[in-house]
Amino acid sequence: MILEAGNLAVSIGPHRVCESLNLTLAPGERLAILGRNGAGKSTLLATLAGLREPDAGELRVEGRSYAELGLRTAARLRGWLGQERGDPFATTVLETVLAGRHPHLSRWAWETPADAGIARTALGALGLAGMELRELRTLSGGERQRVAIATLLAQQPKLYLLDEPLAHLDLNHQIATLDLLAQRAQRDGIAITMVLHDPNLALRFCDRALLLFGDGTHVAGPVAEVLDEASLTRLYGHPMRRVTMADFSHAVFVPE
Amino acid sequence: MPSRRRALLVLLSLTFLSVASMVAALAAGSLLLPLGDVVAALSGTDNIAHSIVFDLRLPRALAGFACGGLLALAGALMQVLLRNPLADPYVLGISGGAGVGALSAMLLGLAGIGIAGFSFVGALAAMLLVFGLAHGDGSWTQTRLLLTGVVVAAGCGAVVALILTLAPEQKIHGMLFWLMGDLSQATDVLPALAVLAVALAVTLPFARELNLLARGAEQAAALGVAVPRLRRLVYAVASLTTAAAVTTAGAIGFIGLIVPHLARLAIGNDQRLLLPASALAGGSLLVLADTLARTVVAPIQLPVGVLTALIGVPVFLYLLGRR
Repeated sequence: MILEAGNLAVSIGPHRVCESLNLTLAPGERLAILGRNGAGKSTLLATLAGLREPDAGELRVEGRSYAELGLRTAARLRGWLGQERGDPFATTVLETVLAGRHPHLSRWAWETPADAGIARTALGALGLAGMELRELRTLSGGERQRVAIATLLAQQPKLYLLDEPLAHLDLNHQIATLDLLAQRAQRDGIAITMVLHDPNLALRFCDRALLLFGDGTHVAGPVAEVLDEASLTRLYGHPMRRVTMADFSHAVFVPE
Repeated sequence: MPSRRRALLVLLSLTFLSVASMVAALAAGSLLLPLGDVVAALSGTDNIAHSIVFDLRLPRALAGFACGGLLALAGALMQVLLRNPLADPYVLGISGGAGVGALSAMLLGLAGIGIAGFSFVGALAAMLLVFGLAHGDGSWTQTRLLLTGVVVAAGCGAVVALILTLAPEQKIHGMLFWLMGDLSQATDVLPALAVLAVALAVTLPFARELNLLARGAEQAAALGVAVPRLRRLVYAVASLTTAAAVTTAGAIGFIGLIVPHLARLAIGNDQRLLLPASALAGGSLLVLADTLARTVVAPIQLPVGVLTALIGVPVFLYLLGRR
């Protein structure tokens, strides 16, 4: 198992995000976290990444807790994509992606051509080849999001924890990015947890879903079982309807 | 791509610039010494040039280099720590605390080591006060630290204004020179040089982690940086270097804000190169500025802070426009 969470309780201030959450992720598995704004999706993801302490429960990555792993080893095993994209100082795209190589370099080492090669490959995978020397600030929001994902690829972790990986991406790049992630999961045995806002994309690109209802309760399970009209209606506080289309293989959920 | 080779080339050129600025500082003055005399004086021949160089110009040039380097290094560290390009060594109230200490010492009629001691204690008090208050609720964000520092600095500014108002007329000139920065008072330069060397030795091993910290604390933590420990280290080093500089030569302005930006515009924001480059460039710039300050309208000596601004502003605007 790449990720194991046992009896995890997470809260932010007085707000309870989840209680007794049990979760395991095997290599190649993809989990979607769904919920309303403020339900605690990002907080839970940061907890899974070891960036904040859970109230209770156990968390293991490849069988070891974050304390046992240490920061550096943990950084080689799990990658975390946050929502914040603030770079107060000028920097190039390549330099930004090379930051992902940090946990692989010893204290006095500088990035080698091999590291640069890994960074360029990651940029290429996100459709950003040729933009290596562009100033980060001159990029659009969606391009910067893809640079951040490329940084995570260059980090080469076994567990991806992605907070809204599709933010700012156009439809074309949303699907391309999810295809890329699915391919990495299958080819390299990467386990992925991502916060999504579209149940249809979760249905199509993830094996399992975790619904956070915002009152401390949650439901987790295979997407086909967990995602239905009733639970999505409760999740979003808005009536949701399941629609099947003749020339489309799977059903879609639409808000009424 | 950042490479060690390029870094060495840049640092080598800046070392050359530092040496050149020192030679200029030793040669220039009310008695202009030809290069040959400077070399002869340094090699120990006993004559007038020897005493001018060793007793007057060398201590002052070394003090200028140390203070310039300290301030530029502190500025670069503060800008990363606060993730704010407008941060400088004085933004968190260190110089304000030192100013209150130094001016109190002058008001009490102390001189030399007394002023230095009081200003160092003032700087440390401001540093601990800001750190303690910003830590109040356990969390530690750049904004909270910055606001606490700015408020403490404003408070110190008010006390300084109060002392200036109450001080007897004949002491005001000295106080104003301290506030603007003045290398003529610098006597013992070894502590400042030692602090500069130690500060570089302590921060350089963390330079790549500082690159990540500049991109955001959470991202840095996810990439394996022990963020709280690193922040405390950077805060302590930046504060102590600032305190060492203002204790030696008063609150010399501008170097700490502008030199890291100059270096960044010229060579990029990789802290592995930026920190030592800022120290060398800051030292050179202050030595050159001080040499001009004591020669341009000799025998009148200008406050060196005026010259650092007059040199730095056009160079900065040129580099900014080139982008």
